[in-house]
Amino acid sequence: MNKKYELPRTIYATEEHQMFKETVNQYLAQHVLPNREKWEKQGYCDREAWLKAGELGLLGITLDPEYGGMGLDFTFSSLVIEEQARAGIAAPGISMHSDIVIPYIEAYGSEAIKRKYLPKCASGELIGSLGMTEPGTGSDVQAITTFAEDKGDYYLLNGSKTFITIGYTSDFTIVACKTDKRKGAKGISLIIVDSDLEGVSKGEPFAKLGLKTSDTCEIFYEDVKVPKGNLLGEEGQGFVYMMRELPRERMTIAIAAIGAVRGALELTVDYTQQRKAFKQPICAFQNTQFKVVEVASALEVTTAYVDRCTELQSRHELTAEQASIAKYYSSDMQCAMIDECLQLFGGYGFIWEYPIARMYGGARVQRIYGGTNEIMKVMIARSIFAEYFTTLRAKMKAKRAKAAQLN
Amino acid sequence: MYSKYFTEEHEMFRQSFRAFLEKEVRPNVDQWEADGRLPRSIYKKFGEMGYLGLNRPEEYGGLGLDRWYTLIFDEELARMNSGGFGASIGAHSLLALTHLTYNGTEEQKQKYLVPGIEGTLIGGLALTEPAAGSDVQGIQTTAVKDGDHYIINGSKHFITNGVYSDYLIVAVKTDPKLGAKGTSLIIIDRDTKGVSASPLKKLGWHASDTGAIAFDDVRVPISNLLGEENRGFFYIMQHFVSERLSMAVGGVAGANYAMELALQYISERKAFGRSLNKFQVLRHRIAQMASEIEMNRVFVYSLYDRFEQGEYLVKEASMAKLLATQLSDKVITQSLQMFGGYGFMEDYPLARMYRDTRLGQIGGGTSEILCEIISKALIDKKGY
Amino acid sequence: MKSRYFTEEHEMFRQSLRAFFEKEAEPYISQWEEERRIPRDIWKKMGALGFLGLSYPEKYGGMELDFFYDVVFNEEIARMNSGGFAITQQVVQYMSGPYILKYGSEELKQRYIPGLISGDLISSIGITEPGAGSDVQNIQTTAIRKGDHYIVNGSKTFITNGVYGDLVIAVVKTDPDAGAAGVSLLVIEQKMKGVSARKLKKLGWHSSDTAELSFDDVKVPVENLIGLEGRGFYYLMNGLQLERLCAVPAAVSGMERAIEFSLQYMSERKAFGRSINKFQVLRHRIAQMSAEIEALKAFTYHACDLYNQKIYDVKLCSMAKLLATELAEKVATECLQFFGGYGFMEEYPLARMYRDVRVGTIGGGSSEIMREIIAKIVIDGHGYAKANAPVAQKSATNPAKKAAADVQSIENIVAKLQPKAAQADPLGSTLKFNFGTEQLYIDGSGEVNQVSSSDAEADCTVKVSKTDFLRLVKGDLNPMGAVMSGKIKIDGDMSVAMKLQSLF
Repeated sequence: MNKKYELPRTIYATEEHQMFKETVNQYLAQHVLPNREKWEKQGYCDREAWLKAGELGLLGITLDPEYGGMGLDFTFSSLVIEEQARAGIAAPGISMHSDIVIPYIEAYGSEAIKRKYLPKCASGELIGSLGMTEPGTGSDVQAITTFAEDKGDYYLLNGSKTFITIGYTSDFTIVACKTDKRKGAKGISLIIVDSDLEGVSKGEPFAKLGLKTSDTCEIFYEDVKVPKGNLLGEEGQGFVYMMRELPRERMTIAIAAIGAVRGALELTVDYTQQRKAFKQPICAFQNTQFKVVEVASALEVTTAYVDRCTELQSRHELTAEQASIAKYYSSDMQCAMIDECLQLFGGYGFIWEYPIARMYGGARVQRIYGGTNEIMKVMIARSIFAEYFTTLRAKMKAKRAKAAQLN
Repeated sequence: MYSKYFTEEHEMFRQSFRAFLEKEVRPNVDQWEADGRLPRSIYKKFGEMGYLGLNRPEEYGGLGLDRWYTLIFDEELARMNSGGFGASIGAHSLLALTHLTYNGTEEQKQKYLVPGIEGTLIGGLALTEPAAGSDVQGIQTTAVKDGDHYIINGSKHFITNGVYSDYLIVAVKTDPKLGAKGTSLIIIDRDTKGVSASPLKKLGWHASDTGAIAFDDVRVPISNLLGEENRGFFYIMQHFVSERLSMAVGGVAGANYAMELALQYISERKAFGRSLNKFQVLRHRIAQMASEIEMNRVFVYSLYDRFEQGEYLVKEASMAKLLATQLSDKVITQSLQMFGGYGFMEDYPLARMYRDTRLGQIGGGTSEILCEIISKALIDKKGY
Repeated sequence: MKSRYFTEEHEMFRQSLRAFFEKEAEPYISQWEEERRIPRDIWKKMGALGFLGLSYPEKYGGMELDFFYDVVFNEEIARMNSGGFAITQQVVQYMSGPYILKYGSEELKQRYIPGLISGDLISSIGITEPGAGSDVQNIQTTAIRKGDHYIVNGSKTFITNGVYGDLVIAVVKTDPDAGAAGVSLLVIEQKMKGVSARKLKKLGWHSSDTAELSFDDVKVPVENLIGLEGRGFYYLMNGLQLERLCAVPAAVSGMERAIEFSLQYMSERKAFGRSINKFQVLRHRIAQMSAEIEALKAFTYHACDLYNQKIYDVKLCSMAKLLATELAEKVATECLQFFGGYGFMEEYPLARMYRDVRVGTIGGGSSEIMREIIAKIVIDGHGYAKANAPVAQKSATNPAKKAAADVQSIENIVAKLQPKAAQADPLGSTLKFNFGTEQLYIDGSGEVNQVSSSDAEADCTVKVSKTDFLRLVKGDLNPMGAVMSGKIKIDGDMSVAMKLQSLF
């Protein structure tokens, strides 16, 4: 039942959503949260948690039932992401696997590839990750240098990828690489690379500021022979595919942001009613009340936008720019609001055992991955000043043509 | 530019102290962060160099120097990028030793201050309790007189050096009826029967041991009372000024160090064919940060100048701490952003700075408490 | 506690300037704002009392005081809570006058500076054009030399004092093809043929006049060129620094005034049965703002102190200007909020402050330009030439001093002063001028001031050279200024010295 100040969440209105939500929360309570400390210590989560998620249908939510998925729309994915973020735990990295990796294979893989990977992905027997970033290139994807040379019946892959979410636990990685070195964006292809191939090696999971239950690592490819059938879609189309998947990826971050703030808000409301200072609960202080109101208001307003985007995404109508606004705005909001919440916990906010401290650590990367928020603004600016950029591109093109002529 | 405050001797001290830290601390800090504590040997090295007694009286082994040396000390500690390291050293040298210097009896000074300055006996200050943080008046730990002993019961929380120190200066209620005015400070040796401690896991400050301490019928001789009975609250308030100024110095210095690192990184890192430091948005962010850092630095210096001349600066020190810790959070957040994905990685310095800075606005009086103090002075014309 | 920057003399000067403003300016400001102009009288009064030309050389009627008197001036004028009032005289004293003083020929100085200091002349600086703002190199106004005149064509905009002023220092291209190296400064009198002004309506600064100026074949004598041809850009770059620095103490003082207004209002206004100054959220906002203002103030004085020592730090001053004008906007916005609906009303002070602060982050180099400058220094290690501050040189030997050397006897002085002193209000105490071996004694404890050469004990003893004393009597030396520059040393009751003005 909504509180009076809350807007109804129409995207989760059906009974199926409510039942699904219960399943998710039971799963988190029984199979995820009790393992937090252990996973934090080892730096990754155990496979059992993945298998259990598969069993409950939490992996491959939007995947065609033909390949073992649930065939639901994106609002159900959204529900999983939001609830997991609300619980304040990053592992298992369901959204990376289920909402980013699986859709690539479903959309661009050959029938054989789909048969080989997707059913096991849905059950949790196979976990996939996505390798885009390289040590020297971040959000600037066109500049990647990992190279897959066509050797007739296989590709010979060389290079390295970093900051790979769930890279350490994954069984395969979709690698963005150059198949044509001379070309920029148009030389990029996507290839599935199994982790057990010869020449694939992984670094130890990075120690990170937050998200400590989830593993992020570097993967090295040295003369790896990859079957040509592992190419997703067509050669040279990788960049186009990635652009097409951007709205969905960005939404996973935006949704996680509002989930995390919702969790933080709930914790803060509880805490400020219990904690006493100067002989009264600290929620008696106007400062506390106003801060909490600010958090709740920021959350409500952002949720309305994010929900609307989720709805559009569930109908595949969302643009990358709309998703960019959602990602940038909600992740900024998340960092600012969790900071306010933590402040109200006083010294306890700094103590790791308190979820608010972990939420604070984990929030920071939301403004960085999936394209930094600066990149989001670049994209949005291009849409706002479309006319200017069109003229600029035309001018550059003319300039290049002229230069070519002179040569 | 700051020649009105610093002499050549100050600058020489800065250089030699920085060299010492680079040699003795920098290479070991990661290990200490992993261990969750500092080794005894580092205190001893500090002690041998005289660094733990910069402004302590010479008759107890101190150097009797002016406060600007302490300011330089704090600035340089911040460059080590370990909030926990700085906190441990500070809890001993700034908190425990200050109380001993100003309020200790001759016997207490010989027993605790002299070895404290040598770095062989480590102390801490225990004020906060599970239910009373910045609200010092709400302390519930009691000390009841029994002949020539006090019997102490209660618990303390978030105590830096709480687990591995040799003694703690503990705030207790000797007269619960009097509220804040019934507070006293008592030195409790860690090996006294009934004292137990457990370490707390924290978001940051990993190199310092932060403890939850319990006192269960602990018997302490009356001679361990620091200063006069029921004057504890006053002593605590008195030393808040130097503590807050010190935190302000650390805040500004930390922010400055983060910006230096970011400047270095964005000059090397390229995107879209250009160094990051050519992008206007980042350039303007740096300009804004640099300006705010400079302003805060000048503010803190001006307060040290007045403090050194004997002015009592409760309101101003609160203002400086409020602003400097806010600044530190802001600058470190933005500097981390300039590092992109590397900012989130432990191998790069900003990740640790990011989690360490967060305590600034909480410890030593939360920002909210500071606003209370400032607004009381400004609006209610309360004199401190 | 002794301030590092201000002496007792500075504080006396502050008190008398504040008293003057409260009496002569504050009651009329609303009217001036409404009329969109300030009458000349106020400036003449200030000139007569020695409140103008504080750091200008004595030779031209200035006071030759240190820069912290200028700081006081800017702080006090800003307390009047009228950006328009303040800017009118700031433009004269700090933004246009110094170009003539520092780079102009002796003839130009003689012609204009005394008038700027006496309040008889109002000057302006014309940089911006409809097509070029902070980007000075691209100005279009041309001054083409024809014999012993320049023919000036073009237009300038956003010119404070451009409608009712007497002269404008116009930034012109004497060599239109040369870029920055073709820029020169030219004094153009508003009454010259071909000069026309259109008054602009503004969001704030209502009492000041802001003009768009057009120059249509204006004939300007070549003597009106300031300094050398083609050096204008360099002069401007140095001059802009003073302009930026002066804006800072004014901004800080304005913010302090805003807090004062707010605290007063909040202590009186009630809501839900309590004074609104009891609400925690408002209290914390006051605390946060005050902390920021306090820090900024320390920073400001530090920058001014360096300037006073002739160390001009471009980075520091750009930072100060950036932070001060940005904070001023925030403070005005938040303080207005404290006033609720009244904040929006003209009868309450915040409405005017709110609209007046907005131009701070735009004029004198926008915040964005400040960040560009700072970034160049911090990131690229760009070393801006550390310009020496244009602090007035001490005039070597003042001819007026020599003329007064025919020292008069004490008897003569007594005889001359007695009738003057008798006309003035009784001092209410005794005062002695100590000339070293001789002295002059004024007994003002009775109904009429009595002058004699007796050596009795006095409530207040003033040590002064006889020459300076004679200049005081003749009105060649401003008593307040003489105290502040150390020409007069006062021992005893300071308040007696405050009344010196009435004697002469």
